[in-house]
Amino acid sequence: MKDLIIPWDETDKGTPLRVGAPVTLSVDGIEVTVPEGTSVMRAASDAGIQVPKLCATDSLEAFGSCRLCVVEIEGRRGTPASCTTPVVAGMVVKTRSEKVQKIRRGVMELYISDHPLDCLTCSANGDCELQDMAGAVGLREVRYEAGENHFEVRAGAAANAQYIPKDDSNPYFTYDPAKCIVCNRCVRACEEVQGTFALTIEGRGFDSRVSVGAPNFLESDCVSCGACVQACPTATLQEKSVIEIGTPERSVITTCAYCGVGCSFKAELNGDQLVRMVPWKHGKANRGHSCVKGRFAYGYATHQDRILNPMIRDKITDPWREVSWDEAMSFAAGRMRGLQDQYGKNAIGVITSSRCTNEETYLVQKLTRAVFGNNNTDTCARVCHSPTGYGLGQTFGTSAGTQDFDSVEHTDVVVVIGANPTDGHPVFASRLKKRLRAGAKLIVIDPRRIDLVRSAHVSAAHHLALRPGTNVAVVSAMAHVIVTEGLAAESYIRERCDWEEYLAYSDFIGDARHSPEATELLTGVPAAELRAAARAFATGGNGAIYYGLGVTEHSQGSTTVMGIANLAMLTGNVGRKGVGVNPLRGQNNVQGSCDMGSFPHELPGYRHVKGAEVRAIFEKAWGVEIDPEPGLRIPNMLDAAVEGTFKGLYCQGEDILQSDPDTKHVAAGLAAMECVIVHDLFLNETANYAHVFLPGSSFLEKDGTFTNAERRINRVRRVMAPKNGYEDWEVTQLLANAMGAGWHYTHPSQIMAEIAMTTPSFAGVTYEVLEEKGSVQWPCNEAHPDGTPLMHVDGFVRGKGRFIVTEYVATDEKTGPRFPLLLTTGRTLSQYNVGAQTRRTANVAWHDEDVLEIHPHDAEVRGVKDRDWVRLASRAGETSLRAKITDRVSPGVVYTTFHHPDTQANVITTDFSDWATNCPEFKVTAVQVNLSNGPSAWQEDYNAHAGLARRILPAAE
Amino acid sequence: MSPEKMVMMANQIATFFKSQPGRDQPERIADHLNDFWAPRMRAQFLEHVAAGGTGCDPLVVRAAGFVRVPAG
Repeated sequence: MKDLIIPWDETDKGTPLRVGAPVTLSVDGIEVTVPEGTSVMRAASDAGIQVPKLCATDSLEAFGSCRLCVVEIEGRRGTPASCTTPVVAGMVVKTRSEKVQKIRRGVMELYISDHPLDCLTCSANGDCELQDMAGAVGLREVRYEAGENHFEVRAGAAANAQYIPKDDSNPYFTYDPAKCIVCNRCVRACEEVQGTFALTIEGRGFDSRVSVGAPNFLESDCVSCGACVQACPTATLQEKSVIEIGTPERSVITTCAYCGVGCSFKAELNGDQLVRMVPWKHGKANRGHSCVKGRFAYGYATHQDRILNPMIRDKITDPWREVSWDEAMSFAAGRMRGLQDQYGKNAIGVITSSRCTNEETYLVQKLTRAVFGNNNTDTCARVCHSPTGYGLGQTFGTSAGTQDFDSVEHTDVVVVIGANPTDGHPVFASRLKKRLRAGAKLIVIDPRRIDLVRSAHVSAAHHLALRPGTNVAVVSAMAHVIVTEGLAAESYIRERCDWEEYLAYSDFIGDARHSPEATELLTGVPAAELRAAARAFATGGNGAIYYGLGVTEHSQGSTTVMGIANLAMLTGNVGRKGVGVNPLRGQNNVQGSCDMGSFPHELPGYRHVKGAEVRAIFEKAWGVEIDPEPGLRIPNMLDAAVEGTFKGLYCQGEDILQSDPDTKHVAAGLAAMECVIVHDLFLNETANYAHVFLPGSSFLEKDGTFTNAERRINRVRRVMAPKNGYEDWEVTQLLANAMGAGWHYTHPSQIMAEIAMTTPSFAGVTYEVLEEKGSVQWPCNEAHPDGTPLMHVDGFVRGKGRFIVTEYVATDEKTGPRFPLLLTTGRTLSQYNVGAQTRRTANVAWHDEDVLEIHPHDAEVRGVKDRDWVRLASRAGETSLRAKITDRVSPGVVYTTFHHPDTQANVITTDFSDWATNCPEFKVTAVQVNLSNGPSAWQEDYNAHAGLARRILPAAE
Repeated sequence: MSPEKMVMMANQIATFFKSQPGRDQPERIADHLNDFWAPRMRAQFLEHVAAGGTGCDPLVVRAAGFVRVPAG
């Protein structure tokens, strides 16, 4: 397939798009019609006329400071700035009159008088708006003599007091004040787009400087999202990669491979060398914004740790031996078939990756169903959002979020439960914060005081800091308040939901045992606060619920998801813009991997394997018989392995040893298997127990699609050739064919065609459609040819929405004298999941180790000081890490992240799981914390074992 | 899987369905097991119940009658 030529208009139109009644005006004699509220500058751009500008850019509201964009308007005095002047019907605008051209040259002359003229050696040469504008206005001379300025290091014999040296503290970009024209674009980007408010302008007049209010960028509040770098018109804020390599000469639109927001990026290159990743303004998930991971943390793709050749070994105690692809495949295929011959066809299985593409995931599940002949396929969604699949499937009839991200712009009350968007889903968080600054109310339900509870210009109306494990009680208490105070949207419920089931539900939920007063002691949430939050949600206008793994990763994860769906239906908040139930997906393609039939009980499109008519579709397409029985889920595979009935595993792009709970149990399961095939970029922790290592390709090296949390199918495009030689779908095909499959795919588009042919919700998805529309949200088929931004608009997918009784059941994981604290886990902004990618980038500058957050009261009684080594122990195991004393966690609760394998937070977590889906209860573990001298014996043993397990024999001479 | 873990999982499922209205809880528990438990897990479960069902919620024992016996 040829390189993509994007038909989208990339012109910077100066000010943002408006929505409104059409207004017609004339610009330089060209008639143009634009929405009311549009600026004259944008209208001119629509007419094909670019008014010179410096402080304006269409990602930011107009500011009107540079005066370069002045125009003349018939009947108006003076020369108004076109960026801040809204259009009026019949307006006659002149953008190139002699008068304004003279003003512009004068303005440019002043700018240039305080700017170094080192264009040829400047890192922004060729990518500098100041340079472009000097050309555009016809600047030919600068009459001002050198005087006081900001760019010369010396002023005569003395040092120039106005000169500030370059700040290169941030690992990814530099701030060079000498190049700054104080246009405010960076400050406004930090404020309007990112919502961090890390930047400001200090001083007045000639003394005005961009400031981070800290010694440097790295020590400031800056979250390194790159919005300021993007906005800067000069070399003042510039990517280090551009400084090192030079300006890029071509670009490819692709999709970020980090979180479930699924941002669109322009990968900008010189040849096949990636120069930078720039968020794409036409990306419908991110609308031109990015975070530190997607924007900057791609260096892992070329990290020296990447394994590029296949490797095998007989025993996991042997060193690895590099072999040819042929040898690796025949070794792997021989072993897997041998295990089936010896232990039965169900003795092997696969784990699909939520980081790989839809096409790759589809092939891996097809491998087990069509080639292995069983349904032993599972995916990392098991350990994150499987309860979402079950809970939303039961209540609404479909296993996905109901909205697109744009919907948040129409929300009046937002409930965030068990999610930390500013860290886990930063670009969505920025869009949410923008809405909150515009007046929407926020209710946070989380044991920890996440940043959204209180940060710059955002504060939650209610923070219900519940005890970990009491989600169902809190959600039910909110429903209780809504039902008993007569706030339920009865007409909506009568029309759209099963009324009989609602009556049973309202009887149940109206019982006094669900009242906030009755559950206060249990949940730790003050009843009055909970009542106020429930009323605010029910009566505040459009109410939207966003939730994360703090909801799902519990014994009652599925029940909480149902409780959330109940709340949305109770208040009439499903089926239009600004409302809905929105699971925030952890990994880039969790949604897609679930859609693609990765679960052992369902074929692609969430159809249970027991259905003969569904099996028939795939039996016909694949020419095999499909097992009607559900296969093993990941925890079941590990249990079966320990028991001796599950012997072989093909694990693509997932590190179960680090990411799954109860590490010792996972290790025992893996060690008991006779053939573990790890397909990954790196020798991850799971690979310590592998017999075959198949090198993977990064998202930059393959074609395919990812499906984000809003069901949006986005193209992933090959930016460079795979360093390992094959895209991941090709590797799976090699393995399948080595086992006799006879597959002949030559491009992922053919795999998508097979998905579309077999899966009704994808029936209209083709690569051609994706090229044309940029992206589509499933269902995309004959009924919805353009895809489906909002679900359940005219009624629920299952017919009538179903209220489900949600009785709170305390988890068996209880605190007691031995383990008096509750541990909960989460993510930090700069790192991603097990850190395999982000730890191999400069993001470690922000988070180079996992720490244990502990409340000052709990720390004091244990004699723990900040940065002390502490031992963290549960009934499952123990580990050691450093303490961080903070009141972000409540007394009785401790918190850590699991990004670093040295910490092994999952040695602590237990094998308790969600009742319906076996999703592990990561978020609640009873623990004890006390002082320690350093790493635990387990950590030392583990590191020693990992070192041995990663030995690679030198290649034979 | 250890019998204790299996019993705990079955009891968790029963606890949910016990809270649901209607009189068909055993059938719904069995449906859940049929839909999500692999044949070998169901076989182990049925054996355990047949051997007295130590630790099982009475509702789990009643549900066992509706659990599909794996072929082979």
